[in-house]
Amino acid sequence: MSKPERKLIDEINPALTSLLYQLADDDFILAYRGSEWLGLAPHIEEDVAFSSISQDTMGHAAMFYQLLQDFGEGDVDHLAHGRKSSERKNAVLLEMVNGPGHYLSTAQYDWAFAVIRNYFYIQSKKIRMDSLKNSSYQPLAEVAVKVNMELYYHLLHWKTWFVQLMEAGGEARSRMEAAVKKTLADFGGVLSLGPLAKEMGEQGLIEEEEILKQRWFLMMKPIFESVNLTVSEADFAMKNGNGRKGEHTADLDAALSTLSEVYSADPAASW
Amino acid sequence: MAETALAALQKVKDPEIDSISIVDLGMVEILEAEVREVTVKLLPTFMGCPALDIIRKNVEAELRKAGVFERIEVQFIHHPPWTSDRVTEKGRKQLKEFGIGPPPKRISETGEWHVECPFCGSAYTTMDNLFGPTACRSILYCKACRNPFEAMKPVSTMM
Repeated sequence: MSKPERKLIDEINPALTSLLYQLADDDFILAYRGSEWLGLAPHIEEDVAFSSISQDTMGHAAMFYQLLQDFGEGDVDHLAHGRKSSERKNAVLLEMVNGPGHYLSTAQYDWAFAVIRNYFYIQSKKIRMDSLKNSSYQPLAEVAVKVNMELYYHLLHWKTWFVQLMEAGGEARSRMEAAVKKTLADFGGVLSLGPLAKEMGEQGLIEEEEILKQRWFLMMKPIFESVNLTVSEADFAMKNGNGRKGEHTADLDAALSTLSEVYSADPAASW
Repeated sequence: MAETALAALQKVKDPEIDSISIVDLGMVEILEAEVREVTVKLLPTFMGCPALDIIRKNVEAELRKAGVFERIEVQFIHHPPWTSDRVTEKGRKQLKEFGIGPPPKRISETGEWHVECPFCGSAYTTMDNLFGPTACRSILYCKACRNPFEAMKPVSTMM
C-alpha cells in the first residue's frame, strides 16, 4: 500500500492557524455547553456519560490549543479563556444556549436539542478527524488519530439516543423534529471550513469542504432512512451568523463571561 | 541508570487506580537515562484525563527521590497513541486486584467486546454504562456473582 506523495507543512500559515482555531473553538464551547448539563441530564447514567464525553471534548480542545501555542499564538489558557467573542471561530450552532433559564436555578434545557446538536456535530467531527489523519501537518495528523479513538464512543452514544427518541413517537418525536429543524438552520456553519477553506485543501491540511459534507450525508443517510426522516442539503444554513468569520451571538458573550470569570480574576495565577 | 529510572517509574501509580503503575499501564513510551539526566515521554490514556498533571508531578518527584538525576524532563506526547493493548500482563492482574476488569483483548468486527468479571471470572456480564467514573472506564454488571464492577474501555486505532 503506497500513499500518494504529500508535501508536509512545517511552518505557520494563515490557513493552518484558521483550521486549528476552528477545531479548538468548536470543541471548547460545545464541551462548555455540555458541562452546563451536569446534574440536569435525564437520568444519572446519562449524567455520568455526558460529563465524561464533555471532559474528553475539552481535552481535545486543549490539544488543538496546544498546537496553536506551539506556533506562538499564545498560552493555552489565554487561548481558551482570554479571547473575545469576535476572535472566536467556532460554529454558531455550538455556542447556542441549551435552553431557557440558567443551570443554577431555572434551567429548562432541551434534551432533544442536546441530542441532535451533539450527534450531528460529532459525526461531522469524526469525518474531519478521519480526513486529518492524512493531514500535511504531521502534529495535527497525530492528534487526529488520538481524538478519533475517543470519538468512537461519543458517536455510539449520541446515535443510540437519536434512534431511540426518533422512534419513540408522540412528544419525543415532535420535539426531536423541532430540534432537527433548529440544528439544520445553523448546521451550515459546522460544515464550513471558513474563508480559507480553499487554501486548506490546496495545502493538503484537510480535504475539501464539499467532500466532507457529502461524506456526512453518506454516513447519516441510512440512519435518517431508518427513522423515516428527510434531510436535504437545502436545509443547511447559517441563520444566526457565520462563526468562522467571527460572527457570533449574545449567547457566546454570556458564556465567555461566565467561563472566564475565574481566569480573568487573576490571569497570572497558577491553579 | 535506566534501571534506577525504571524502578522509580514503577512507584508512580495511576492516581485513580493505585494498584497499577504507569509502566504497567503502558504509558511510558520513551525513557532515556544518562549519567545525571533523565527524559521521560508519556502517552496520555485519555486526553481529558485530569490525572495527567498529577502523574507528571509524581514522576518528577519519584525521579528526584532516586537521588541521581540533576536534570529531569517529563513530557506528554501523542504519537504513538496510547491503546488499551499496551497494558502489561502484570498490569491486567493488578487491575483485577483493584476490582477493575482489564480491557478486552479482542474487539470483534461488529464492535462487540466481552469483559470477564474481575471478581468471579464469569463472562456472563452486561454493560450498564459505557461511560464510567473516569474517562478510561465503563460500568458493568456481573450476572453470575451479581456484582457491579468497572472495566477499562478498550481503545484501538482500528476504531
